[in-house]
Amino acid sequence: MEQLSAWFTNLLADNTIFNAQTLEYYAEGLATTVQLVFLSLVIGLVMAVPLAIARGSRRKWIKMPIFFYTYVFRGTPLLIQLYIIYYGVVFIDGIQDTWLWLILEEPFYPALIAFTLNTAAYTTEIFHGAIKATSKGEIEAARAYGMSRGLMMRRIILPSAFRRALPAYGNEVIFMLHASAIASVVTIMDLTGAARLVYARYYAPFDAFLFVALLYLCLTFAILYLFRYLEKRMLAHLKPQS
Amino acid sequence: MIDLQGYGPRILEGALVTIELAVLSLLLAIVLGLLTASAKMSRNWILHRIGTLYTTVIRGVPDLVLMLLLFFGGQMGINMVTDWLYDQFGIDIFININEFVAGVVTIALIFGAYMGETFRGAFLAVDSGQIEAGRAYGMSEGLMFRRIRFPQMMRHALPGLSNNWMVLLKTTALVSIIGLTDMVRVAAEASKATHEPFTFLIPVALIYLAIASVSEWIFARLQKHYNVGFGEADEWNN
Amino acid sequence: MNKLLTVTLLSAALIAGTAQARDYDTVRFGVDVPYEPMEYRTPEGELTGFDIELGNALCAEMGIECEWIVQGWDGIIPGLMSRKYDAIMSSMTINEERREQVLFSDPYFTPPSAWFVPSDSNIDMPAKETLEGKNIGVQRGTLQDNYVSDMYGDVADINRYATADDMVLDMEAGRLDAVFLDFPVGKSTLLDSEDGNYKVVGSMITEPKSYFGDGFGIAFRKRDEDLASKFNEALATLKENGTYDQIFNKYFSNRK
Repeated sequence: MEQLSAWFTNLLADNTIFNAQTLEYYAEGLATTVQLVFLSLVIGLVMAVPLAIARGSRRKWIKMPIFFYTYVFRGTPLLIQLYIIYYGVVFIDGIQDTWLWLILEEPFYPALIAFTLNTAAYTTEIFHGAIKATSKGEIEAARAYGMSRGLMMRRIILPSAFRRALPAYGNEVIFMLHASAIASVVTIMDLTGAARLVYARYYAPFDAFLFVALLYLCLTFAILYLFRYLEKRMLAHLKPQS
Repeated sequence: MIDLQGYGPRILEGALVTIELAVLSLLLAIVLGLLTASAKMSRNWILHRIGTLYTTVIRGVPDLVLMLLLFFGGQMGINMVTDWLYDQFGIDIFININEFVAGVVTIALIFGAYMGETFRGAFLAVDSGQIEAGRAYGMSEGLMFRRIRFPQMMRHALPGLSNNWMVLLKTTALVSIIGLTDMVRVAAEASKATHEPFTFLIPVALIYLAIASVSEWIFARLQKHYNVGFGEADEWNN
Repeated sequence: MNKLLTVTLLSAALIAGTAQARDYDTVRFGVDVPYEPMEYRTPEGELTGFDIELGNALCAEMGIECEWIVQGWDGIIPGLMSRKYDAIMSSMTINEERREQVLFSDPYFTPPSAWFVPSDSNIDMPAKETLEGKNIGVQRGTLQDNYVSDMYGDVADINRYATADDMVLDMEAGRLDAVFLDFPVGKSTLLDSEDGNYKVVGSMITEPKSYFGDGFGIAFRKRDEDLASKFNEALATLKENGTYDQIFNKYFSNRK
């Protein structure tokens, strides 16, 4: 045991990379990543629910634009979307003089906008699929009770669709966490940004990136367990009865 | 027409790099995926553990971080080995990983993990009655793999495969961050130089959409091919 | 006994022989572009700039071929180590940290670093008070990054860019209040640019040496001492015969 602690002390003494300064970079990066991912997921979710309902509309002029939006955002790399929003807005004449610039000036917000639009597109499709998969029996039962369309949506279709969408949405959350790594491209010091800085300064790719990979792995597991717990709670009725 | 200000040919070259990169890494990822699936289904617990570790770690870490690690770390790793060889034995070896190869290997390593899961699920979905029937006919394991397991597995794997391909295609954009001159990098360079980001980024986005649409069509054809027999059965049942 | 000695000596000679540096007939240079005017691309994609021309002249003097390999700054030293190229000629400042990794030639150029701000900026001197809460741009992993991080990291927001042109673009966009970079590069990309409403504040900065080192050098792998000394000789020749001045004047003597 003593040997072990001696070995560990030695290891720390030799270590020039993980000092107070770089650990602070990593800590700030962790906070930025969590903020960015959490905010874009929440806003994306709020956007996706009405979009998913409208996506199933019978009217073409409602359905088509939403289909177009999800098709484009799911069919192109997030990196391009980020570039367009980050660099694109800059060249709109006079934007620097409007109130919008107060938001777009900081790199955080263009990234947040890109991530939100992207996750909203995926989430819309996930919910749309789940709504479509509502069993006919449930709808017939609701009709038999004389429920209006709105009430049926609120009481029957959406709650059951949410539950069915949960596993797919869990995957989307993990994908979003991973996709957020590209925020480092537009100077945001997220987790990956911190790792790239440490790498550039110390030329130590293994230390810099393995450490950050470990942090991401922990975050991924945390999300996985959260969703497994949610699924257990909310999908209990779908389990085979023992 | 959009004026690409002389960047047109370079963007097309970049598009070619994107396609080559995506197709080659897809092929390599399929091979890796088949290996991983068999490792995870193997009765040998070491192989099983290795397979599980690989798929878990890769799927838990962002693509970009893995790329940075393998691109920069891979170089350093090889470097340490060759330097050691040189110091110890005076053997001077030059191992030159070019960026394209490194890109293909990295993307294939990432998607091999996803493919592994897809294939494992698909192999498990093949009706065991089919295999028993094969055995009853006295087929060898190899023949059974070729005639029964593989074609039937493909039917189950295709939707997952097509999904993985779409994600892989978009992931190739990340190599531009590391320094490979794919079409995203050319477009980014051009938009910065000319101050007209929309002129270059939007056409490149359209090329991605076009590739995605073409591959959707191809996958639909393949799906039809591997579903031969099953579609008809469904019709009969109805 | 004698035999044994001969064998030992022979094998020692053999090992020494293989350990000698190879004769290069082509030298591959790693370079990070764009970093105008030091190294950048024409729209056709051709590399040019002070480093490129000087490098080519050095190779011509030595009677060998030059090849240029573009590599992002992040990975430029690891790229050298892993033999993607044989040398780095990319505005790399000679300093202690890097000396631990690579072998440098004699300095071939010693530019100062400087602060650039928009003309209407209220930053009149770079100092903690004036830079408080401002967005400062630097290129990631450069000595300017190290300097600004240590001096102003606690008061200012530091935006770190992968390339110098990303930084210039965000300066033009208005996302940055000040950038800190090699003076010739700032002059070429900001002061001399078409809509160049920028100015330099404060003095040219070359001290302390622990940050700003000893000027730009060509970096080699540590074991390639022969190659480095050949380049040093060639550099001395070019400085004597006026070729160096000719290239220098082309890029730095009061353009515009």
